[in-house]
Amino acid sequence: MSQHLIILPILLPLIAGIVLLRTRAGSSRHKRLMSALATILLIAVAVALTTTASSGEVTYYALGDWRPPFGIVLVLDRLSALMVLLTAILALGCVIYACAGVDEEGSNFHGLFQLQLMGINGAFLTGDLFNLFVFFEVLLLASYALLMHGGGKGRIQAGLHYVVLNLAGSSLFLIAVGVLYGATGTLNMADMAVRLSDIDPERTGLVRAGALLLLVVFGLKAAILPLYFWLPRAYAAAPAPVAALFAIMTKVGIYAILRVYHLVFGDHAGSLSAPDQPWIWWLSLATLTMAATGVLAARDLRLLIAYLVLVSVGTLLAGIGMRTPDATQALLYYLIHTTLVTGGLFLLAEMIGIQRGKAGTRLVKGRPMHHANLLAGLFFLGAVAIAGLPPLSGAIGKVLILQSAGPDQQLWLWPILLLSGLCALIALSRAGSTLFWRGQDGTPGHTHVSRCQWFGVVWLLAASPLIVVFAGPINDYTAATAEQLATPETHIRALLPDKGDES
Amino acid sequence: MESLYAITTGVMSACGLFLILRGRTFPVVVGLTLLSYAVNLFLFSMGGLTTDGAVILDGFADYADPLPQALVLTAIVIGFAMTAFVVILAMRARGDLGNDHVDGRQTDDSREEHR
Repeated sequence: MSQHLIILPILLPLIAGIVLLRTRAGSSRHKRLMSALATILLIAVAVALTTTASSGEVTYYALGDWRPPFGIVLVLDRLSALMVLLTAILALGCVIYACAGVDEEGSNFHGLFQLQLMGINGAFLTGDLFNLFVFFEVLLLASYALLMHGGGKGRIQAGLHYVVLNLAGSSLFLIAVGVLYGATGTLNMADMAVRLSDIDPERTGLVRAGALLLLVVFGLKAAILPLYFWLPRAYAAAPAPVAALFAIMTKVGIYAILRVYHLVFGDHAGSLSAPDQPWIWWLSLATLTMAATGVLAARDLRLLIAYLVLVSVGTLLAGIGMRTPDATQALLYYLIHTTLVTGGLFLLAEMIGIQRGKAGTRLVKGRPMHHANLLAGLFFLGAVAIAGLPPLSGAIGKVLILQSAGPDQQLWLWPILLLSGLCALIALSRAGSTLFWRGQDGTPGHTHVSRCQWFGVVWLLAASPLIVVFAGPINDYTAATAEQLATPETHIRALLPDKGDES
Repeated sequence: MESLYAITTGVMSACGLFLILRGRTFPVVVGLTLLSYAVNLFLFSMGGLTTDGAVILDGFADYADPLPQALVLTAIVIGFAMTAFVVILAMRARGDLGNDHVDGRQTDDSREEHR
């Protein structure tokens, strides 16, 4: 059983998704129960995987027992285990929140949700470039439908942009995969890394072109500066649990960049190592600047949080751009924090919007709310965490990233990162005081807040203090992960025992 | 043959890109389709163009690389599903937004009519 554990994060949501689509006319109570159960099981599987991976051993699952590099493999190392666990934790909050009624606004919410989880988990686990493409498509197709769940003008409009951009991105991905396959003759990432170390010099230009094309594709997913314009509108228009789940989607892009440029284009690739680095570093700083401006300019709470997602993307990419184990360790810690907290804030924003009736999440005067104190308390917690104020997790993450910068990088990173934090602080305090304090006349509406909604928000936002309390063990794990990423030789040796020594 | 193949693929992707940048949804959908055709052709050629080669690997003789064909098959299936989806989405957008502009607004209509 334990040898099949690696494929369970893909199989479990797949089966749950198929059954949920099959019984789409069934009672919503059964569907909710099943979806929540599948997600809880996924957490259990992810915990088991993380325990296995934390020993430092790289294990793989060869489908159909075809040995790598010939067959399709799923690879489990510390990084992929961490990402799967993070996805499962985030997904539980989203599913439970959706059970409060969002899932009944359209059809097939839970089935699509599970299929999206399957795509995300697959992208994290696969060890094969073409399968990365396939799982990207799975998660994108599910996300197209989820983004437009419930319909409405804003969602259709944002959805159209999102779909067209991502379809064009998929074409680029295929071209990049084709170029890399043509130049190296393999699609297995570990095997490609080995072949790059003694590649025909005539082909280096081709490989570099393929590598940078991949960067464009991953940059579109991760929302780097010239490719992020779809994000704020799409995230602001999506239903709350979907927007919260999308918090992990930009991290799929970050993960892909980390994985491909550390494993395939690592130090062993000679002149081809790290072709992404000069681009990522400067673009990340530009992304941070633009995102901070967007945070200040946003006139809607959900748009504001969408821009905060961009700020976190910029911060994470700056960590990748530095490309030292210290920076990787810091960015992984920050990644855990930012995914869960932005997810929680998206859920909270919708709760506030429902309470305010017509004013919604726009930052204008509205009617008073039921449970205003509780909501304000949660908003305060989330805002402190995401703006990076001590004592919550954002502060620790940012300090780790600031510390890991080298002397000449500090000159650029410190002012930009700190100023973007200041912008977030100003925008969030303005939003909070408008929402909760400014002249509220009228009577509160009769909107019911269900326990599911409270659970979803508290589950995700409570992660922030917990990440601080357990900062020691988490930091140890991320440090080991960063070290594993920096030495792709162990990864290659585990997959290809006879080739690992040559590289 | 290589140059003919390369020119075909290049022209197709150029046309696809041009159409994707248009302002109305129908040309955009056609552009996406063209681009995916071009990509499929490109993928197909990545194992190297072999004429009169055996399909199956027999050791020494001239054979065609089977993997790109498998990849193209996957890409075609995915591309087909995506095209179907984006066509339905474009029709839905036409219905909901009342026009077929990708931004959902008819801002530059008068200018286009004069052209």
